[in-house]
Amino acid sequence: MEETKLSKWLFGILAWLVAIIIFFPIFIMMITAFKNEREAQSLSLIFLPTLESFFEVFARSNYLKYVWNSMLASIGSTLLCFLLAIPAAYRMAFYPTKKTQSTLVWMLSTKMMPAVGVLIPIYILAQTFGVLDNIVGLIIIYALINLPIAVWMSYTYFCEIPGAILEAARIDGATIWGELWHVLRPMTVPGLASTALLLIILSWNEAFWSLNLTSVNAAPLPVFIASYSSPEGLFWAKLSAASFLAVAPIMVLGWMTQKQLVRGLTFGAVK
Amino acid sequence: MNDGSVHMKNLVKTYLDEHGNPSFTAVKGINLDIKDGEFMVLVGPSGCGKSTTLRMLAGLESISGGTISIGERVVNNVHPKDRGIAMVFQNYALYPHMTIFDNMAFGLKLAKKPKEFIKESVTKTAKTLGLEKMLERKPGALSGGQRQRVALGRAIVRDPKVFLFDEPLSNLDAKMRVHMRSEISRLHTQMTTTMVYVTHDQIEAMTMGDRICVMRDGSIMQVADPLTLYRQPDNIFVAGFIGSPPMNLLKGKVHKVDSGLGFVEDAQENALTIPLRGKLEKLATKYVGKPIIFGIRPEHLSDQVSDPDHVPVTAAIEISEPMGSESIVYFKAGTGNLIARVPGEHLYHPGERLTVQLNMEKVHLFDGETENVIK
Repeated sequence: MEETKLSKWLFGILAWLVAIIIFFPIFIMMITAFKNEREAQSLSLIFLPTLESFFEVFARSNYLKYVWNSMLASIGSTLLCFLLAIPAAYRMAFYPTKKTQSTLVWMLSTKMMPAVGVLIPIYILAQTFGVLDNIVGLIIIYALINLPIAVWMSYTYFCEIPGAILEAARIDGATIWGELWHVLRPMTVPGLASTALLLIILSWNEAFWSLNLTSVNAAPLPVFIASYSSPEGLFWAKLSAASFLAVAPIMVLGWMTQKQLVRGLTFGAVK
Repeated sequence: MNDGSVHMKNLVKTYLDEHGNPSFTAVKGINLDIKDGEFMVLVGPSGCGKSTTLRMLAGLESISGGTISIGERVVNNVHPKDRGIAMVFQNYALYPHMTIFDNMAFGLKLAKKPKEFIKESVTKTAKTLGLEKMLERKPGALSGGQRQRVALGRAIVRDPKVFLFDEPLSNLDAKMRVHMRSEISRLHTQMTTTMVYVTHDQIEAMTMGDRICVMRDGSIMQVADPLTLYRQPDNIFVAGFIGSPPMNLLKGKVHKVDSGLGFVEDAQENALTIPLRGKLEKLATKYVGKPIIFGIRPEHLSDQVSDPDHVPVTAAIEISEPMGSESIVYFKAGTGNLIARVPGEHLYHPGERLTVQLNMEKVHLFDGETENVIK
């Protein structure tokens, strides 16, 4: 009896420890955002909170433009991603062939390659098609890099639906679009919503392609933050304030939808 | 105009592998004519092609060869919704996110029928199935039997020319199954619509069908009304499939015995020798020395009667299954078991020797090689 109580205690403490360690850098960033530059040099938890760093950041750059670009890129790419992923997942879930599993695994394997490996070809392609520093280019790239995840997750949700329900709809008169809209969509909306949230978050935080393919017009928030890591030196307070402004929207979204996110991320685990 | 007859001509279904080469033929060129208003049961063991045939009729499976016609019209390339059919699935296949009303109304809504018409049709059908109080509930809140009735209702609302049933009672418990069997039969009597019913359960087939189509390995073994299948099976597959416990089928040859012919079992021990007289002797004359199969149903082995039409067989009991009003008794014969249904409440014990009388009027002889009945 005592042993299990003790181990529960220990695991509890361990879990808290891990959570604190993970959250610690973010916590420091958040409090540093409210300091001025001089105080920001130290890690002291006692300080006089001030908004002067935020004001400087707002004065120096157009924060709202970066937010707008991040939103366009995240939501636009997620929509495009679903447009491509759902028909693919539908076919693989309801009309599987011998090659279906290996195709899915191959799709996932493309995520294992470091992005930097294709930086040059993608850059050249983007340049050729005139989408450098263009939000459309970013939307396309984000859609493509998230496609494997979208297909995989949609496939798993679709597999939960018995094929007979779609056949019943077919006999009732639904075309294939009717099947998707009237039957598949309502039944998989919770799962697809969590997938969409995940994709939005991944796109929002994406820092490699956004830094390389955009500069002024289409720059989303990661570029905004990076612009504060300048050769002039590191301005901790302003950097923290900028980071805080970049991360805040997505943290709020994540907090509000944490139930759906958890469900989406553990879809395969509980069978 | 409302001709719900179904005609299948040389119907074939072949599955292709990934290279487009034929890999497996599930339905091997069957010919079947179902009359308008008939209740036709497709029965057979798993993998015999009955479900595939039904699905081709429904339009859920493409047709590899041959034609299917509903009435005069060939429907090979017609979309399921335009064939005038409705289907009841094994797992009900109700739309879980819609109310019972919406489940039944779905097809009519897609067909853009007016609201009042939909309301009227659905409520009328719901009443005949006892579902009128549940129209606002969702399928998840209903029992298995209720869900099956909703599935039935959804099909009825479509006012089809042909009803299709794909093993609809398999998921119900025994009691509900018996109840739903009579509900469906009653529905058929009321609606006089053609019904095509797939099952692997020969009792369902025998009790519900006007005619039964027995299938095996993609081919039709026999099509006839239940009593004809019972009394005059065309081959040993049908003979052994219909009837529970199944017909006794003993392997052996025809030999000259005493003053005539007799059936001698092909076995080292416990081989039975049964004299063949009269009609049976005539049938057996062409088979002297050749392999035949001797068939007699357990219910035609009696322990009571003793007359010239009956041949006695005495053997030791291996197992006895008391059923209450009768006992199923298993004797050890040469090439298998000899099963008898002995009426009465007497308790039989293994090892007991019992004499049963074989009713020779009810014996069937089958060709040992072709497995077809000898006529």
